[in-house]
Amino acid sequence: MTRLYGARGWAALGVLAAILFVVFPALSLGVPAGSPFHLSQYWVTLIGKIMCYAVVAIAMDLVWGYSGILSLGHGLFFALGGYALGMYLMRQIGRQGQYQSELPDFMVFLDWKELPWHWWNTDQFWWAALLAVLVPGLLAFAFGYFAFRSRVKGVYFSIITQALTFAAMLLFFRNNTGFGGNNGFTDFKRILGYGITEPETRMALFAATGAVLIGTLLVARWIVTSRFGRVLEAIRDAETRVAFCGYNTLHYKLFVFTLSAVICGIAGALYVPQVGIINPGEMSPANSIEIAIWVAVGGRGTLVGAIAGAGLVNFAKSLFTVWFPEYWLYFLGLLFILVTLFLPRGIVGLARGTRTGAA
Amino acid sequence: MRRLLVLLCLLAAGRAWALDPAAVGRLAFGDGDERIAAIGALLASGEPRVTEVLQAFAAGELQTAGERVLIVRGEEGFDAASGQRVAPLPPEREDVVANNRLRSAAQAALASLKLLAPERAARLEAARALSGSVDPATAPLLRKALEVEGDGEIRALLAMAVASLDLASDDRATRLAAIRMLGESSNAAVQPLLAAAVKDPDAEIRSAAKLSLIEVEGRLKWGEILGLLFAGVSLGSILMLAALGLAITYGLMGVINMAHGELIMIGAYTAYVVQNAFRSMGLFEWYLLAAVPASFAVAALVGMLLERSVIRWLYGRPLETLLATWGISLVLIQGVRTLFGAQNVPVENPAWVSGGIAVMSNLTLPWNRIAIIVFAAAVLAAIGLLLARTRLGLFVRGVTQNREMASCVGVPTARVDTLAFGLGAGLAGLAGCALSQIGNVGPDLGQGYIVDSFLVVVFGGVGQLGGTVYAALMLGFANKFLEAWSGAVIAKIVVLVFIVFFIQSRPQGLFALKGRAA
Repeated sequence: MTRLYGARGWAALGVLAAILFVVFPALSLGVPAGSPFHLSQYWVTLIGKIMCYAVVAIAMDLVWGYSGILSLGHGLFFALGGYALGMYLMRQIGRQGQYQSELPDFMVFLDWKELPWHWWNTDQFWWAALLAVLVPGLLAFAFGYFAFRSRVKGVYFSIITQALTFAAMLLFFRNNTGFGGNNGFTDFKRILGYGITEPETRMALFAATGAVLIGTLLVARWIVTSRFGRVLEAIRDAETRVAFCGYNTLHYKLFVFTLSAVICGIAGALYVPQVGIINPGEMSPANSIEIAIWVAVGGRGTLVGAIAGAGLVNFAKSLFTVWFPEYWLYFLGLLFILVTLFLPRGIVGLARGTRTGAA
Repeated sequence: MRRLLVLLCLLAAGRAWALDPAAVGRLAFGDGDERIAAIGALLASGEPRVTEVLQAFAAGELQTAGERVLIVRGEEGFDAASGQRVAPLPPEREDVVANNRLRSAAQAALASLKLLAPERAARLEAARALSGSVDPATAPLLRKALEVEGDGEIRALLAMAVASLDLASDDRATRLAAIRMLGESSNAAVQPLLAAAVKDPDAEIRSAAKLSLIEVEGRLKWGEILGLLFAGVSLGSILMLAALGLAITYGLMGVINMAHGELIMIGAYTAYVVQNAFRSMGLFEWYLLAAVPASFAVAALVGMLLERSVIRWLYGRPLETLLATWGISLVLIQGVRTLFGAQNVPVENPAWVSGGIAVMSNLTLPWNRIAIIVFAAAVLAAIGLLLARTRLGLFVRGVTQNREMASCVGVPTARVDTLAFGLGAGLAGLAGCALSQIGNVGPDLGQGYIVDSFLVVVFGGVGQLGGTVYAALMLGFANKFLEAWSGAVIAKIVVLVFIVFFIQSRPQGLFALKGRAA
């Protein structure tokens, strides 16, 4: 097993951690609002959101960049994690909703008298957090088991994961499913008893996201530098040959796919309290494909590239939607086309020059 | 001839006998309920002049001058009851004000008065509008209309309406007759009436009502089943149209074209543009004839352009193709938004594909759906012939089976790729043209079909068209039958999940190609 990172890598991580855990909190909470150095709530939320996306991108890079499985269901796992924590946040509203009922507003609106079964225990944070990990994990495990066992791969796998996401979106759009239908969950008030709009709470969520991001990066890096990771790459490049060598490729793919889904669930759970809304739109097939383009822009099979890609694309999205919203789709579309045609190894690949890497 | 005579008599009678002045007076001077009753009384008289008075009432042309009630149009006035011209008009007049309740009562009365109209079509329409629950106030008018009606079809409808009124009669024999009569109906609206009669205290009425109800339900059942079958074929043909192009680009060429839905959208917008052009030339009725080839041509051109500029460089890298074509789809969607706006654009059916034929009382087949089924079959036949009988088809099949060998024997594989992709794109355009006739045309039109069409192709088995056809029809039926049982969204989810798991257990699809060609 190789080392995780060289000295420069650790130094860069240290700088990143210092920025996330010291500089940003200080600029946001320590500097008064009028100062030019003050980090406003807008930026805290935006960067926090982008960090969530970066976590998803790492998860995607694990399955796509390293294992060659292009999943178009990662938006679903992300949203499931978000919905799981969203249930807890809805319960935390308590009687402060529009209808002053113990039940979430949309249930009062539907004239429901009690919580449906799948809301059981969701007033407990630990249970919601567990759901955010378990639900995407179990779904990915079950789905992956059947898919990989019958050797569904390549584009086929992409198409059926997309169909699964689409079906889930339709399901969540129904009012009777018990997840707020079209509007999803919003108007959160508190998390763990703290006001969700308080700058301190926001900063805590921000720091937690930063910690998860760095942790995910380290775990992913540990996996891909291990013997296990070598097998994954071998599966990507020549699955049949790996199987003939005596490896059970099903186990490897299933593990990495499930882990990836769990990471997405965690990212979704962090995303919802920061953004303040979750609705079935997050499950639209378009979102899942966008995750792939983040990774492609950054560079597949590099992990750092996934973070860079997610950051760049989403930062560009924020700029475009503020300045010239009607050109965003042109930009995104051209990005898809140009990156696949001219930049198969992404910007990280470009920066690393001619080093042969992921194909 | 007899009808005409009766009608003439009636008209003559109307001319001779004026309306009951008391009823007209109550209509003008009474309070709310009195005036409603007056409308009923006027209606019951069945005089042709009732129409004129009620129309004037609804249009606000009724005025009062002292005790007299006048119909005033501009400078001319007529006595409402007698129809005599009143000249000069009395200077002191007041408007008869009708509130909404009265106005709708008058409208309803006017509608039922159409039962006495001289044109058969108008009477038929009015008779059809009488559903199982008939307003008792129209009873006298109905009976009168039934008396003078000569047309068999209208008579049957009227008889049903009268029977449903008789159901409330006090006379037991009348009720029994009414129940037996309603048993011959195939109108869904009589079901609740009979169901109520089943709870009657009288045993004989109960059993008669039960029998009639069973008869009606049996007849309706057929309509429902046939309706479901038709909906299934219709949805299947739509799915097939949407998926046929994909069966060529993906199934035969192996190119994942995520922009397929947007090519469908382009076809629909082409139909819209052709429609507008033809409308401005005054040839609106015939625009579809030009829209079909135009949709094909535009989508095919866009497709060939895409193949030459982007997809060509990605052959053999399906995942990259998927991402690049997704990018293309985003650009196309936004392009259409820039050109035509983000709102849906109106595409109207020409008269010859609007409306429908009523096969049964609860089963009307819309012409546009029928047209699409026929169209889908024609497209399928054409594409089958093209692939099986033409030189291009031969080349496409050759390149699909063995690219190197085809190239060796002189098939220009690059050009065949472009043409085949153009063909697939053109088929998507045709699908768009067809979809423009039944649904909304907007920039997001294609997004709704992309998942479905991929599933159809994959479900049917990649590499041949036959599977696509069967898969489309099967999914169409499955969707519609589940829909009847569980609602549209659940049906769709069930079908999606079913296909997902089906593909996992049988990745080659329903009909796999044998041997190495797949």
